[in-house]
Amino acid sequence: MKCPCQQQQSNLSLLQPVLQKYASVKGSLITILQQAQEIYGYLPTDVLYHIAEQTGSTPARVLGTATFYTQFRFQPIGKYLITLCDGTACHVNGSARIAAAVQEYLQVENGGTTADGLFSFSIAACLGCCSLSPVMMINEDTYGSLTPAKVLEILKDIQKKEAAQ
Amino acid sequence: MSIRIAVGKGSCGIAAGAQKVYDSLAQALSDSDISLDTVGCIGMCWLEPIVDIYENGRLTERLVHVEPQHTKIIAEAVQSGDHAALASLRISEDDSSFLTKQTRIALRNCGIIDPESIESAKAAGGYSAITRILSQENGMTPEEVIECIKVSGLAGRGGAGFPTWFKWNAARQSAGDEKYLICNADEGDPGAFMDRAVIESDPHTLIEGMLIGAYAIGAQEAIVYVRAEYPLAIKRLELAIAQAREAGFIGQNILGSAFSCEFRIKAGAGAFVCGEETALIESLEGQRGMPRLKPPFPAQAGYWQKPSNINNVETYANVAWIITNGGEAFAAMGTEDSKGTKVFALTGKIRRGGLVEIPMGMTLREVIFDIGGGIRDGGTFKAVQMGGPSGGCIPESLLDTVIDYKKLAATGAIMGSGGMVVMDDSTCMVNMAKFFLDFTAKESCGKCVHCRIGTKRLQEILTRIVEGKGKEGDIELLEELCNAVRDGALCGLGQTAPNPVLSTLRYFRDEFEAHIREHRCPAHTCTDLLLYKIDPQKCKGCTACARKCPVTAISGAVKEPHEINTRVCIKCSQCMSVCKFGAVSVT
Repeated sequence: MKCPCQQQQSNLSLLQPVLQKYASVKGSLITILQQAQEIYGYLPTDVLYHIAEQTGSTPARVLGTATFYTQFRFQPIGKYLITLCDGTACHVNGSARIAAAVQEYLQVENGGTTADGLFSFSIAACLGCCSLSPVMMINEDTYGSLTPAKVLEILKDIQKKEAAQ
Repeated sequence: MSIRIAVGKGSCGIAAGAQKVYDSLAQALSDSDISLDTVGCIGMCWLEPIVDIYENGRLTERLVHVEPQHTKIIAEAVQSGDHAALASLRISEDDSSFLTKQTRIALRNCGIIDPESIESAKAAGGYSAITRILSQENGMTPEEVIECIKVSGLAGRGGAGFPTWFKWNAARQSAGDEKYLICNADEGDPGAFMDRAVIESDPHTLIEGMLIGAYAIGAQEAIVYVRAEYPLAIKRLELAIAQAREAGFIGQNILGSAFSCEFRIKAGAGAFVCGEETALIESLEGQRGMPRLKPPFPAQAGYWQKPSNINNVETYANVAWIITNGGEAFAAMGTEDSKGTKVFALTGKIRRGGLVEIPMGMTLREVIFDIGGGIRDGGTFKAVQMGGPSGGCIPESLLDTVIDYKKLAATGAIMGSGGMVVMDDSTCMVNMAKFFLDFTAKESCGKCVHCRIGTKRLQEILTRIVEGKGKEGDIELLEELCNAVRDGALCGLGQTAPNPVLSTLRYFRDEFEAHIREHRCPAHTCTDLLLYKIDPQKCKGCTACARKCPVTAISGAVKEPHEINTRVCIKCSQCMSVCKFGAVSVT
């Protein structure tokens, strides 16, 4: 059986500048993981093994740390990452209806990616924009005071923009 | 006359469209000498985007719900001096009262200064306290600084309310040359955004507070642990640190004194438990964020086992004001047990949601009804949730409770970091308890058995209750488990995880009983317990509902009363929203 780290073929040289800067700085594993995710969009298994090797750590410790934090993903994501807030204020103001609208329209589960690879969907604990609840982010942009109709409009706009390209 | 136009561009302002307004204003003002500024969040979030006009340094107009199409009118009015055209945009007197009833210390510069300019911060008094402390003539020793904080009565604003001076003094007294000062900006409570607003709107106040703290305990390095979900806060803080370094407030021999301090930002990676100070330290060290056993306390052995002090953003944001105005001035506000002011993020079913800073001792009713304007959309107040997943719900009968650490704790809620989520009669309290347990069960780090498994079991029981499958004895089982989790957990997350359940059981037991015994959700929220019906008297047989129903659960001939097959119905409520005759009801 092949080791899982050999099944993927990420371009490990992209990570080299990050490792050069941080590999010997104690306590910087999370920073390395964050920058790796910036580079690859998620954390591929072979990258995690590579980080373990280069920092003199074990794969178990690197994976254990990465899986502890919600920021880290282990699957590739779509071009647009939809993060829907389900904080207390959004919850009280109907974030469940927004989630249902997105999931029905895009046919995507929480944590999943659409078949065309355009959208990924995830539900977050709180985005800290409570006064605009319910709120979602698409990549870096925040959208507030959502209704199911407004969400569909936003998603359709993106689809239209993508189709035009 | 010098005119300055300021656009509120915090995260929520930008989400509401402030950047577009700013860009459009910049274009409209391009050939004038009027200065256009970015400011942070004034806290009146329900009125965003907000544009303020200052004439000779004095605020003369506050314009609300501004859109790009208004900017031409604004530019013309400001240039001509005739403000008549601004009347429709001007804030109402009623809405203005949101600010006049507040006392702002931690938020003193928020929404007023440009967070991306150190000059703007200095003009508002920024760095005057640290300059004074380090001055040769009338400087202060670290002991004098700690004494001043002691007199002020400042307590930890992250939620626990531990006296700040005590932690500073313990770290100061600890042996060793290498010490760290850490700021907890890992604002993880769902429903809270005070820290984000402070960092985005006034990062220099945080830096100055931390510098004073570092000087007091003898730390050479200050670290801000901030949520990665707050990109704008991180960006503005990075810029502010660079500016402060350039100006000589950060680095070696600050302002020519013997005091040296370095700053850095560490982006958290998303774990609620990292709000607990020892878990935060583990995370800073690049580990899984799991709490350590105390003692030793961080003041003795914290970051890399060196003496460390950790405070929350709001705590540090008060420090420079206290040094400048004296501990007594701060202690003059508040109650016997709780001094000074507290910032709250007022959200939920409230008319005027936003950032509120009030002196301790004000009642909850004053905050929610006088400042917040009461319940929106004509609803009735049911409860206010304070303290997030560690806190509890306070019912109407206790609204006259004053805001004070001990008085709030007596209700079963806590002061918390400042989340104040208002709920109306459409909120199901059992669902709310489940919501928080879903959160803590997911966020439990797994170290202690009681927390790891206990929260999971609590979540399962609550889930079956909201699904209408609750059993006799479930309430007692919940109580027993809650006590076990509280007693068996190591850190604050686990010890307080049962609070949302215990406090809802205490004040809204009848709702739990209605779910279990009558299979009924009094707030009509729990979908599994809802029953949709068509009133044959009101139904005109227009077929709109039957056509809309995604599972064809509605049948009936044209112009005849329709009927819902409740066994097929998925309770999506679409029939109700499409009916023009109000014939569909839910029980």
